[in-house]
Amino acid sequence: MRDSADPISGDTSDDLTDDDLRQMLTDMIGARVCSNRAFNLQRQGRAGTNAPVDGSEAIVVGAAMALDPHVDWVLPQYREQVALTRFGPAVLERYVQYILGHPEGGHLPAGTNVWPPQISLATQAPHGVGMAWGLQLQGIASCVVVFIGDGSTSEGDFYEAANFAGVLKVPVVFVVVNNGWAISTPLKAQTNAKNLAEKAHAFGFPGVTVDGGDPVAVYDAMAEARSRALSGAGPTLIEAVTHRLAPHTTADDPTRYIPAEQFEAALQRDPIVRFERELMDRGIWTEADRATAEAEADERMDRAVRAGEAAPADTISVFDHVYATMPDRLKRQRDEFIDVYRAGDVR
Amino acid sequence: MSNTKLMTMLEAINHTLHQEMARDERVIVFGEDVGINGGVFRATDGLHATFGASRVVDTPIAEAVIAGTAVGLAASGMVPVAEIQFLGFSYQAMHQIAGQVARLRYRSRSRFDGRITIRAPFGGGVRTPELHSESLEAQYANVPGLKIVLPSSAADAKGLLATAIRDPDPVLFLEPLRGYRMIKDEVPLGEHLVEFGQARLVRPGTDVVIIAWSFMVDVSRRAADELAAEGIDAQVLDLRTLVPLDVASIVSAVEQCGRVVVVQEAPMTNGFASEIIATINDEAFYSLEAPVARVSGWDTPYPVGQLEDTYVPDVARVVAAVRKTVGVAP
Repeated sequence: MRDSADPISGDTSDDLTDDDLRQMLTDMIGARVCSNRAFNLQRQGRAGTNAPVDGSEAIVVGAAMALDPHVDWVLPQYREQVALTRFGPAVLERYVQYILGHPEGGHLPAGTNVWPPQISLATQAPHGVGMAWGLQLQGIASCVVVFIGDGSTSEGDFYEAANFAGVLKVPVVFVVVNNGWAISTPLKAQTNAKNLAEKAHAFGFPGVTVDGGDPVAVYDAMAEARSRALSGAGPTLIEAVTHRLAPHTTADDPTRYIPAEQFEAALQRDPIVRFERELMDRGIWTEADRATAEAEADERMDRAVRAGEAAPADTISVFDHVYATMPDRLKRQRDEFIDVYRAGDVR
Repeated sequence: MSNTKLMTMLEAINHTLHQEMARDERVIVFGEDVGINGGVFRATDGLHATFGASRVVDTPIAEAVIAGTAVGLAASGMVPVAEIQFLGFSYQAMHQIAGQVARLRYRSRSRFDGRITIRAPFGGGVRTPELHSESLEAQYANVPGLKIVLPSSAADAKGLLATAIRDPDPVLFLEPLRGYRMIKDEVPLGEHLVEFGQARLVRPGTDVVIIAWSFMVDVSRRAADELAAEGIDAQVLDLRTLVPLDVASIVSAVEQCGRVVVVQEAPMTNGFASEIIATINDEAFYSLEAPVARVSGWDTPYPVGQLEDTYVPDVARVVAAVRKTVGVAP
């Protein structure tokens, strides 16, 4: 029996076992649960602004399923973290710290092949190309996956990165999570292109559009893209189309710009509902399985929040990790900090 | 005589890149036209032939991805040495340099260090078109996480560049393009490292200290020679690196001379000279015998060719500022 953390070798969904399919649904449900909890934490004043995953679960989980978390790398934007369960428990733990405003939230520990959340849109695309380039130069077989959104395909960094990736033929895959909205801006205001996958043609590598509500379709596309990447054939762009089933972030009110009937229609195509129905029809999923998946996710989130809230950051850590060695100027500012905020404390 | 060779600054940079690439196979040089062409100034001449196309790489004309791939290369374990063809073009990479390169270590809590060197020529006086001459060191010095290094001699270009490439933090290595072939001095051929944050005493003197960096050191030294003829003994201090800043040497020079002129090629307002004056106020105010003077570019966009000779600070302006400063009664 294949370990669920092993890479899938056959490159098509035919190789996915029932357990794999169940694991994908479990991860999708878990992502939704954790995301909802994160949203509520913000409403309770316990966490900062964060971006719900609702509607993108099948894309992140399906793509991750085709990756080897010990070998491959993921450069997320800021919405995917709750769904990257396959890359280890640290991803969620650090994400919770991140939204709690703890500086360690950006510290993905060694062994977790995921970059910190990236707020500046598409700036991680050149980083992913550089990493794929560096790993290739060192003869390390690895596929580097960059997640961006539909709005990010308007950023210069996306074009510069994809163009250079095509020239270098590096093992990178760009996953465009096309949920139709960049905050309030619909895709038709973002581009006149027929779809986002066709942009890949200009870079000289394949682009495919897949149903982002179907984790198996995303898995298939990623498995093929990963094979291409590792064989030296170069990058792939995967446009995964879905609907955003929640506000852009905790700071957004989509009722201002998404017509109610359109949002209702999108909810009818909820990827979790679709995939659950499919697995139930196959007889490999039950209501009890869902309850278990939700309970486990709740428990993970409970642990992460408890741990995060129990260990708030020491404000003096603002001075750490700016340089390898703290420069004199910064040391003196740190001393001033101590004089003002820690007067009377034992240093 | 030690083992040195007379080199232009450009030759010293080229020689150092050869040595560092030979020393550490993780070092990769990339940028616009750095390959077969050897760079538009020939700073990377011969690297392509010696180290091959996989380590000396021509990039698309896209400054943001040059800086951005450096981030990913560093995270992968390589040692990127990127070239931005002219510092003025780095406006198109500023979001990567300031927003990403500088904070890679900070936001990853040192999981990834920023072992990145970005080389770029800057400065005017050679009749280039717009945006080739901008002095942007103060903008970048306002970005925590970067180190800002500006050699003024060929020997320092070697010692500081080798240190930059080996430094675990990102370094903006800014080269005076007017001095590429004009500046010529003896360069040690063997291992030569110059520590960051150590100013260089270019010329001793006790009446006034002229503080400068990059090509303005040469202007200041010539001004000091002229002032000597009229009996003013001017010291010239080359800061070499703005970040980290050698505060101790600045303070010591101010204590010794009591009068200070700071020379920069960038526009006056919010230039790095302002930071030096603020630092002097903090650390050596009571040693001053006159207000600290600034000589700088005017607060205008960098001008076109016919206007630039009276834009870039020259010997006449430095001499005038020194005379005025020395003339202030204590």
